[in-house]
Amino acid sequence: MAWFHKSKEIAAKPESPKKEDIWIQCPSCKAHIYKDEWEKNLKVCDRCHFHERLTWKERVDVLLDAGTFVELNAKVSWNDPLKFSDSKGPYAEKAVENCEKTGMKESVATGAGKINGIKVAIAIMDFRFMGGSLASGTGEKILQTALYAIRHKLPYIILSASGGARMHEGIISLMQMPKTCAALAQLREANLPYISIMTDPTTGGVSASFAMVGDIHIAEPRSLIGFAGRRVIEETIKQKLPEDFQTAEYLVDHGFVDMIVHRKDMKDMLSKILKYAGCR
Amino acid sequence: MSLDFEKDVAEIESRIEEFKAKNPEPTGTLVKELNRFEMERADKLKEIYANLTPWQTVQVARHPERPLIRDFISGLCSEFIELHGDRLFGDDRGMIGGFATIENHRVMVIGHQKGKDLDEKIKCNFGQACPEGYRKALRLMKLAEKFHIPVVTFIDTPGAFPGRDAEERGQAEAIARNLLEMAALKTPVIAVVTGEGGSGGAIGIGVGDVVLMLSNAVYSVISPEGCASILWRDGTKAAEAANALKITAKSLLQLKIIDEIIPEPVGGAHRDFVTTMKTTKKVLLKHLTSLKKVSPRKLTSRRFDKFAAMGRFN
Repeated sequence: MAWFHKSKEIAAKPESPKKEDIWIQCPSCKAHIYKDEWEKNLKVCDRCHFHERLTWKERVDVLLDAGTFVELNAKVSWNDPLKFSDSKGPYAEKAVENCEKTGMKESVATGAGKINGIKVAIAIMDFRFMGGSLASGTGEKILQTALYAIRHKLPYIILSASGGARMHEGIISLMQMPKTCAALAQLREANLPYISIMTDPTTGGVSASFAMVGDIHIAEPRSLIGFAGRRVIEETIKQKLPEDFQTAEYLVDHGFVDMIVHRKDMKDMLSKILKYAGCR
Repeated sequence: MSLDFEKDVAEIESRIEEFKAKNPEPTGTLVKELNRFEMERADKLKEIYANLTPWQTVQVARHPERPLIRDFISGLCSEFIELHGDRLFGDDRGMIGGFATIENHRVMVIGHQKGKDLDEKIKCNFGQACPEGYRKALRLMKLAEKFHIPVVTFIDTPGAFPGRDAEERGQAEAIARNLLEMAALKTPVIAVVTGEGGSGGAIGIGVGDVVLMLSNAVYSVISPEGCASILWRDGTKAAEAANALKITAKSLLQLKIIDEIIPEPVGGAHRDFVTTMKTTKKVLLKHLTSLKKVSPRKLTSRRFDKFAAMGRFN
């Protein structure tokens, strides 16, 4: 009877689904991938291993034991200390738009949860919120979560995804670099592990602060990681840069990243490392 | 060299020159007339510098004759023993440092060097330090900690060098490491923004217990030109971006990013090195004396609180 029910189901749908609902095209190698397969593969291309950027909630699902995540500092939001406006209008409007679009109040979500049973403090940046830029709210949440880790004697994991400091909060954004690093200095003083996970992209003021001072540096395959932008460097040195410049793989070769870990293996790798650090 | 907005002053100055050429040894009413010219010049300069826009301040901060770190060292210190190298890769001429004596204080001086003439500018990359510069700075800071002497940094950079080699040797890591280590450094740190405080390149030696700024210096997350080309999609809108970014000493004092402004003589530091040094020295000595009384433990905890409070609004 199964065939009978099935045909009834199809008949009940007003239209057959559009092809875009069934498959997507890999943004990198352009291969066609069934959407189910893409989701099941955690938005990683099976063929070229391109890792699509994830939302912070998707990251929680991928990394933490189901139902263990508790959000912290949820009330901390963006600020407009400079009353900044550019040619496209006030920053405040743009920030509100980004809040509505993402359901977030800042470019990072923070909290605590478990990785294969090991309790951790975690900060997850989300590129959708103003390019994951580092601003006052971001810095404050990262700092508060470090202090939480110290109070509860937990390891700290930060997933970076950011174009750098947010210009709209000017010097206040720049000061989030020393601010977050000062918090991590306290974490070090407390002898607690800090794992930095660099995802695409980790650049500018984020790479030049908390992302680069981890005990362990892990990157997702092919993530863009660097300080200055490619175009600025090419203009400065008047030379073309190699294709793989500032990729995660390039950074491993130059000694700044410990390992590249595929998204599907990240959780298990984290718990393995945390055990070496004495966490349980 | 006079700046765009100093046209009126330049005009008076050329009149003075002309007058002096005509009257090599003025007497009587001619002296009076010359004095009147000089007064007029001083008033005009005062008027212009009292109303500098943020973008004009950028021009002053970047003035080719502005005092550079070597001027500050020779103007403030009775002794300077330069130290070289990061012990890892090389010696960055864009970041210099060494033991120095300011009155009765032995300190470690560290700072960006832009260079005076073209040869020197090229050697020190126009004050854009490389990873080895930041690592040299850190080595000297750790040395200062070991010897229990305060660190005084002079910040004057367009930004950290955006080059291929700098990236490959870990520009981001070098700056990040300094931020973390400076936060934990168990010796007093005074940072002085003397010219351009260019983003990560500036803060990489800028985590101070006290952060001072010369009155015509600027300090920003990005250059006004860079900001304009990204947010305005037009690099020529730099003046607007400079306004929006709040980069002047006055704004930064209001935002509690800096602790004190070191006033420059009328017409900017480049017009009067002697007065600039005298004022800078006075302010530095005041803070050196008071910071020396604070225990290392208290220093680091106060430093943490200071930076933790930046950008905390609720």
